[in-house]
Parts: sequence; structure tokens; C-alpha cells
Amino acid sequence: MQKLEYTLRRLFLSLLVLLGMTVVTFALTRIVPSNPASLYLGTRARPEQLEAAREELGLNDPIPQQYMRYLGDLLRGDLGNSLATRQPITKEILSRLPATAELLLAALLIAILAGIPLGVFSAQLHGKPADIFVRAFSIIGVSLPQFWLGLLLQLFFGLWLDWLPIASRIDSTLRFTSPIQNITGLFLVDSLITCNWIAFQDAFLHIILPAITLAAYPIGLIARMTRASMLEVMGQNYIRTAEAYGLRRRLIIYVYALKNAIIPTLTVIGLTFAYSLTGAFYVEIIFNWPGLGLFTARSFLNLDFPAIMGITLFGATGYIIINLVIDLLQAYIDPRVSLS
Amino acid sequence: MSLAKLFLGKRAEKLPGDNFDKEPVERSGLQHTLYVIRRDVLAMFSVGWIALMLIFAIFAPIISPYPEQGRGRNNADYRLLAPSSDNWMGTDELGRDVLSRLIYGARPAMVASLIVVSAAMLIGTPLGAIAGYYGGWIDEVIMRITDLFLAFPSLLLAMAIVSLAGPGLLNAVMALVVSWWPWYTRLVRSTTRSLRSQYFVEAARSIGVRDSVIITRHILPNTITPIIVQATIDIGTVILATTSLAFLGLGTQAPNADWGLMIEQGRQYLRDAWWYSMFPGIAIFLTVLAFNLLGDTLRDIFDPRQYR
Repeated sequence: MQKLEYTLRRLFLSLLVLLGMTVVTFALTRIVPSNPASLYLGTRARPEQLEAAREELGLNDPIPQQYMRYLGDLLRGDLGNSLATRQPITKEILSRLPATAELLLAALLIAILAGIPLGVFSAQLHGKPADIFVRAFSIIGVSLPQFWLGLLLQLFFGLWLDWLPIASRIDSTLRFTSPIQNITGLFLVDSLITCNWIAFQDAFLHIILPAITLAAYPIGLIARMTRASMLEVMGQNYIRTAEAYGLRRRLIIYVYALKNAIIPTLTVIGLTFAYSLTGAFYVEIIFNWPGLGLFTARSFLNLDFPAIMGITLFGATGYIIINLVIDLLQAYIDPRVSLS
Repeated sequence: MSLAKLFLGKRAEKLPGDNFDKEPVERSGLQHTLYVIRRDVLAMFSVGWIALMLIFAIFAPIISPYPEQGRGRNNADYRLLAPSSDNWMGTDELGRDVLSRLIYGARPAMVASLIVVSAAMLIGTPLGAIAGYYGGWIDEVIMRITDLFLAFPSLLLAMAIVSLAGPGLLNAVMALVVSWWPWYTRLVRSTTRSLRSQYFVEAARSIGVRDSVIITRHILPNTITPIIVQATIDIGTVILATTSLAFLGLGTQAPNADWGLMIEQGRQYLRDAWWYSMFPGIAIFLTVLAFNLLGDTLRDIFDPRQYR
């Protein structure tokens, strides 16, 4: 009952923040550009064209009325039309979402699969050279500019060693020889469930470098956090009791200790998601990955401001949802989290 | 002291107080900080590198081998030359010396990040102190606005603002300030709240000291150390942010030199001229690393309990 109440309250608060965010994005589009209509038409528009555009965009209406219309459009999932492609932005975003989602999930998976064991391992070897290595690795991971790390990997593994492809999601000839049936939009998943091994292998090779680039930052943070909380947990009495009972060390570490140590790490994973979201933009640009990031970069070049605001709102919404999920997850796994 | 030991976070072990066979040495806060930094190889590297970058930024016209090229003058006969004794880091697609461009590129990186962090601090700190000190509805209003800004991934918000205001370094700086101040509000508020209930604040209040004086004289001086630690690490993060914006074409505009912009321009020549993108990347990496390491050291000094 208490948990249900907590869930509902968190849900309500998130909705409030979401509403507030629409106020911010609305205000930004009205305050920051000196003349929204000229942004819409370009700099060479004539005054009467500008006036017509103002009328068309509803910029002559009172501000509250403009905001209500903006909100009404948002509720219907209408983010307006892109200036560059003249297509609905919602459609543009949704069609590119699977590519970005696949990249983000792959990076997150790598970060978790590498970061947590690294942290545990480093805590076990507290003070030994391996521990130093993990600490150094994590601080280097958070200091590397992602757009440069991507280039470095491209140069080394793509151009010099010629081991891995450095651009796009899949080899373009595969579209004809062994096309992937579109089910989820995630190439790896789709090719796997349709047993399309050739495409799976190719998609897998294509995702390695971008996913590693994107994972570098979260790996460091996750390893660091896991290490710190493992060290704390391992010093507690219940662990000593388990040791005194003669339980196997592996069992103690990976079951009893990690279960408690993982909770702060969850929060960090949520936080890194925000970073990865913008990080994915850069990785996509560098690896020519046909997702939201490439679309965003093109929108910046074209000064396609409805698209930019749509993506901003979309990204921020995703961020809020992830944080909400993390909070709820935490409340459900950890009885110590105060629900008030 | 060995490099290995430094990474273990045992730096504070060597503090004067622990040295039983010698008389404890009295040092002021600043002296103590400098003392610890001097004994820490990585912290010394950080301070040295940051100083070097500041010197690059200030004296770029004197230090660069080819100052005009650093400012953007073309030199088309010498396109994409590999590193040599004439051009230590090679030349770019317009024949400009990459080293000179790199030295000039320290300017936007260092200046912009210092401005962003100081401005964010100046906006965020008073708001946080007011929210934490008064509590109640003032706190509610300030913190809800803060939450709103923190709900956006900060770089995304900055990108949106710059693209609306028009690309350029100045707009990038302003956009980053808008998305950065809430972190300081949150930090100062939480410190202020814990200070507010302490005896020295209550004593000041009970003898009728004005609120404004309590905040400026008693509370803010006690919040300064977490702010300094945060700001040091933030400068690194902001350098990453400004160079990322430049990489997207939203920050510094050509022909001005900027590390992020250089990486973007060199990207097209990666196959034939690796040096063009590599050296600016190393510059960003080492500078951000230096600020992160220095921030870590400062945190250890100011808060020895928080070993990482």
C-alpha cells in the first residue's frame, strides 16, 4: 500500500516536472530568438512574409493562448513539422529512435557488464596494482572527449588495423543479399530472432566501436561507484558472519555483498544515461549512425528550430522516465529506502 | 612517493599530524593545501599542466611559432604536412601550423570554462544560500525552479539554447551558464541547511545579527570548500562541453582556433593526416584530466573522510 502511494506520488511529481519543462521549452522558443518568424523563414524574408508567418505561427496571439495551443499539440503527440524535411517531427524522431536505442542499450550493457565486475574486482584487490589500474581507468574514462575517443578507435581499429567497420549500422549490400525483417527496429534483435546470421554478424561488428566509445564514460563511473559501495559493504558485520560460517567467498561477494552494494550503482546508471543520451549524438555523428544524433546534428546545421526543440523535449522526457524508473526500482528492491 | 601509492588515495596519510616522531607543524589552510599538492605527483602534474594551458592562453601570440596562422591565416602551399622540425604537430588542410592553432585554441577552452563556472557560481551560490537559510516557501520556489533545469540533460539544454540564439562562442558560454547554475544552488543549499542549525549561527541570530550578515559572514565562508572542489571538477567538464559544442559547429566559429573545432575539421582527413585531429584531442583530454585529478586531490584535502 505504502509502495503504491509512493509510486503514484512519484508519478505525479514527474508529470509536474514534465509540465514545467514544457514551460521552459516554450519560453525558450519565444524569448531567445529575437524574431521567431524570421527563424522560420530565414534571414532574407520580406516584412509582409514575416507578418504572414507570424499570423500563421500564431505569434500575434496572447502568450497564454499560445502556450495552451503548444501544450495541446504536445498532448496529441504533435511536435510540429521539421523546417528541413517538412515532415512531422514526431515521425522523424520515431523512425530514428530504434537506431539510437540499439546503440544506447549496447553501450549500457557493455558499461554494466564491464563496470560492475571491474568495481567488485577492484574492491577485492584493494590497494593492489589491479585496483590502481581500475581507478586510473575510471578517471581517464570520464576525462576523454567522446568525439575524440571515437576518432581514435576509428583510426586504430578501422583504418590502421582494418579489423572493424567504422561507419553506419550495417553493410549496405546486405540490404539486398540478406535483408533484416523489421520487427523491433533493433537490427541485432531482429536478425537474431529471424535467424539471419549473416546480418547479425555484420550488425554486431558495426556496433562494437560506437558502443565502446559511448560506454567509456559510464564504465568509469559505474566501476568507481561499485568499488566504493563494495568496500563499504564488505566491512559490515553480516559479511563477517557469513565468512565465519565458512561460506564460499564467491557466494559472499557476488550474492550477499553485491546485492546491497548494487543499489547506489543503480542511481549512477540512471545519471549516466543522461550523459549517454547527448553522448550518443556525437558517437552517431562520428560513426555515421543513422539515429537521432545525426538528425539532431543536421537540424543544428539547418537551424531547424522546431526539430531542435522537439528533440530537446523528447530527450528530457526520456531522462525523466529513466530517473522515475530508477527511483521506483530502488524503492522496490531496497526496503531501506525511505518512502516518505 | 611512488606513483602507485598516490592512486590509492592514501595521500592524507602523510599529513603532518600523523607524524609522531616529529613536532606537529602548524600550517594555515592554504599552506596546508599547497603542502599536500606539492607532495603529490599527480596533483603537481595537474597544476603544472593547467598553468601551462593558462600561459598558452595568455601569451599565445608570443609562444606560437606562427602566430598569424594560429589566428587563422592560410598558408596553402603547405597543406597537411606530417609533423616535422618546422611544424612539430604537422599542418592542417589550409597549411596552418597545428601547434600554433593548438596554442591559440587554449584561449576559448580556458577563458570560456572559467567564465561559465564563475558565472554559474555567482548565480547559484546566493540562491542556494537564501533557499537553505530561509527554508519555507522561498526554498520551495527556488528549489523547484532548480529541479526544472536539472531535469534537462545539461548539454542538451545548452545545445537547444545556442541553436536558438545563434551559433558562436559567446552564446555557447551563456547557454552553458543557464544549464550549469542549478548545480551550485543545490550544493550550497544543502550545506547551508546543515549549517543553519549549528550553534554559531543560532548564537549570531540570538544576539540580533541581521540575516544578510549571517549569510555573508557566517554561512558562505563555510560553504566555500565544497564549492571550490566542485568548481575545479566543473571547469574540466565545461571544457568538454564547450569543445563539444564547437565540434557540432555551435561554439567557436572558423577561422578562430578551438580544440573541438579542430577535431571536427580534421575528421575528414583522418586517413591521411591523423595528427590534425589527434593533437587537439590530447590537449582536451589532458586538460580535463588535470582538472579532475586536482579536484580529487582537493576533495581529499578538504574532506579526508571521503576516501575514494
